[in-house]
Amino acid sequence: MLAGSGAAVALTQAPGVQAQGSSGGAATPPTMPVSFTVNGKEAELTLDTRVTLLDALREHLELTGSKKGCDHGQCGACTVMVNGTRINSCLSLAVQHQGDEITTIEGLGTPDNLHPMQAAFVKHDGYQCGYCTPGQICSAVATLAEIRAGIPSHVQDDITAAPAFSAAELRERMSGNICRCGAYSNIVDAITEVAGA
Amino acid sequence: MKFEQAAGTNPIDRQKIIGQPTSRIDGPLKTTGTAPYAHERHGPNHGVVPNQSYGYILGAGIAKGRVASMDTQEAARAPGVLGIVTTLEQELLPPGQGIVANIFGGAEIRHYHQAIAVVMAETFEQARAAANMIRVDYDRADGRFDLATLAPQARVADESGKLKGEPFKVEVGDFAGAFAEAPVTVDATYTTADESHAMMEPFASIAAWEGEKLTVWTSNQMIAWSKGSLAKMLGMKPENVRLDSPFIGGGFGAKLWVRADAVLAALGAKKVGRPVRIAMQRPLVANNTSHRPATIQQVKLGATPDGRLTAFHHSSTSGNLPGGDVEVATQQSRLLYAAPNREIFMKLAVNDLPEGNAMRAPGEAPGLMVLEMAMDELAEKLGMDPVELRIVNDTQVDPEKPERPFSERHLVECLRRGAEEFGWNRRNPKPAQVRDGRWLVGMGMATGFRNSMATKSAARVRLQRDGSLVVETDMTDIGTGTYTILAQTAAEMMGLPLDRVTVRLGDSDDPASAGSGGQWGAANSTSGVYAACVKLRTAIAEKLGMDPTTADFTDGEVRAGNRSARLSDAGELMAEDRIEFGDLDKQYQQSTFAGHFCEVAVDSYTGEVRVHRMLAVCEAGRILNPVTARSQVIGGMTMGVGSALMEELAVDTRFGLFVNHDLAGYEVPVHADIPHQQVIFLDHPDDKANPLKAKGVGELGLCGVGAAVANAIYNATGVRVRDYPITLDKHLEKLPQVA
Repeated sequence: MLAGSGAAVALTQAPGVQAQGSSGGAATPPTMPVSFTVNGKEAELTLDTRVTLLDALREHLELTGSKKGCDHGQCGACTVMVNGTRINSCLSLAVQHQGDEITTIEGLGTPDNLHPMQAAFVKHDGYQCGYCTPGQICSAVATLAEIRAGIPSHVQDDITAAPAFSAAELRERMSGNICRCGAYSNIVDAITEVAGA
Repeated sequence: MKFEQAAGTNPIDRQKIIGQPTSRIDGPLKTTGTAPYAHERHGPNHGVVPNQSYGYILGAGIAKGRVASMDTQEAARAPGVLGIVTTLEQELLPPGQGIVANIFGGAEIRHYHQAIAVVMAETFEQARAAANMIRVDYDRADGRFDLATLAPQARVADESGKLKGEPFKVEVGDFAGAFAEAPVTVDATYTTADESHAMMEPFASIAAWEGEKLTVWTSNQMIAWSKGSLAKMLGMKPENVRLDSPFIGGGFGAKLWVRADAVLAALGAKKVGRPVRIAMQRPLVANNTSHRPATIQQVKLGATPDGRLTAFHHSSTSGNLPGGDVEVATQQSRLLYAAPNREIFMKLAVNDLPEGNAMRAPGEAPGLMVLEMAMDELAEKLGMDPVELRIVNDTQVDPEKPERPFSERHLVECLRRGAEEFGWNRRNPKPAQVRDGRWLVGMGMATGFRNSMATKSAARVRLQRDGSLVVETDMTDIGTGTYTILAQTAAEMMGLPLDRVTVRLGDSDDPASAGSGGQWGAANSTSGVYAACVKLRTAIAEKLGMDPTTADFTDGEVRAGNRSARLSDAGELMAEDRIEFGDLDKQYQQSTFAGHFCEVAVDSYTGEVRVHRMLAVCEAGRILNPVTARSQVIGGMTMGVGSALMEELAVDTRFGLFVNHDLAGYEVPVHADIPHQQVIFLDHPDDKANPLKAKGVGELGLCGVGAAVANAIYNATGVRVRDYPITLDKHLEKLPQVA
């Protein structure tokens, strides 16, 4: 058992809801309404147009499972699936996602009901600090779907042939997700187990 | 509890739970995104304090000089802005523990991206936009940025690695004479690069004031140090500061100290009268904070024809800000190999780059990259197997103090076992002979070595009414597996199943632990929990009217003589204690050892290096949890591949900054760079180390790996590159002709 999920505190103000400039005279930044589905639930937000999809999830919907490692599309910690395709959520603006179906790590499983990929990461110790982990897991789930769909990769000798669930394929397709703790060897073991299941 | 004599048999030796491969107890939280990291503790469900605002840090655009003026008018009027604190309105804060850089305050700029302002706003976007509206005028001064240029003026450091005291050199026997007479010698100069920790979670903090009391929810490896450090910087009493850091998204040494995120969140929160939340933006991290300093190292080895070292010289030059330390790259050389004539020292060049400081295995990481390459060169000159060369020069005593033995040292077993497992006998000792199609294939090895440090560590254990147990300590889990091994320790000691133990970490209100650093965390923090559990066992036995010295704690029961009772029969009880150490670590050198083996392939057309196989055989006392320990080692091996092949903060010697200051420019290993990694642990519990008989592995896994990779590249290509990282441009021109 583990303590430390953080005591819930009743807040006097919901964070990140459209803020008004508190210093007089300045123009209020433009906002736009946007609605999309996150993990099967409708979300309707009115957002500063500069808000990324990642910050909409983390700051406005309190879905902090998707991580901000770099905010520049360099690390993969923010990986989510949009309409079944994985993306770096820090690289798109939330208002671009009108009507989209978004799946985050919270949509895959819960501590009491792990998704098979989450369970495999636990079993194979496919993480250490845990910060890149949600992105790795979302990417891993999408990677297996991409291989199943026959989407080719750089490591195939013949890109017209069906890609294999090989370690080389998994490593190539997962290379946008940095794990500085260096759990790669275990992550590939975890994904391989799920791929073979 | 004072640990003064070698540990006898104790409940840990049962190894019913300790030593067993156990999945992390925090795994379900981490894999579902529900583990709360510092910047995430907001909102109705995860919030630690209401009414949080956002802070955004502005970094200096010069490396050295002064801020002449700052115009904040436009920024202050920008939408959502709550307040701005600039460096010109704040006196320079006193230095924090372990840091020499200016964290905040005053007009003087001592390194690039030094924090010069923080903007607080209602939203992240507003804070970021306003920070970019601040106009800054600088008076730029010339700085010292190029290590190669500065090295000739570098001075020999004192024993503490600074330039304050007497220059310190290890001088044993007559090195110069022995080197001149040695029939076989190596004399070469090597370089290692500036490296960035590049942990995935940036520095992040939430600060809130309640009257004079400050709470900072942060991401920090050393809670007790940092509590005192933050109090000192802010001129506060330590008892008015609380830190909380239950989950840390990697640190690797970067988060040993209090950095600008925590300080500016505190100053900003005071300014705007609201809690402030800051994550340092990634492009600021490399230059604002710290890095592993580059080194220029020289190794001179003299040996007899049968491979015995007679003369040993290792020296290293690195740079740092005024007042900073050397990178202790010769540290391992004082203990690793026997040689009667020795000369070892370090030089420091004062520079104006960002601060050099501890990064995973400070010293040994770059030191062994060099020493173990020099040993490979010596083996080739001798016509001797590189494994045998290390074995011939093994020592069971401190070479500088032969009366002082190692507590346990099975390096030879690490090397022999590794050679056998890896198929080392299939290596062709003559380089550039093995081809696989377009690939040149080679094998390399190196010794790994890192000391084990004993340091006090406290914990509290509370027996609950239902017979379950809570462990509380300010210890941190930076990915190391601390939650799990502390639970295993307590469960073993109290005879409880693992799921009856709850572990709470990272809160400075709890007993002060060893913290996470220097690979000392696991062995010392579990020993602290051991001490507290010994006290609790006594309290329980006494409460139940049993003899504490004979009471046996097993399966949730306490048994003594013919009597037995449930643990829960003792009711609620609490015990707190800490482990302290006598002088066993002075009597015995306590270290950890590894044999690292690697096979690479080098593309004969392009020079690209691919790592095909890696093996580490490690000796680190009792392995508390083979699952998490293995992860620590493969993580180190991965970082070692980075050091060998790609990691380099590139210095702009005109403007004094690391130009590749983000995760695209600073390359670290990714999935495609890393093969399956094999780890073997030898079973040699160290009874001189602590009651757990355990030592650390978190840094051992990195120590020597870079050299094993480099030596494999040489074996593949026949081209010796002595300047890390070994990028393809450094050997491409010299590769064997493509047939």
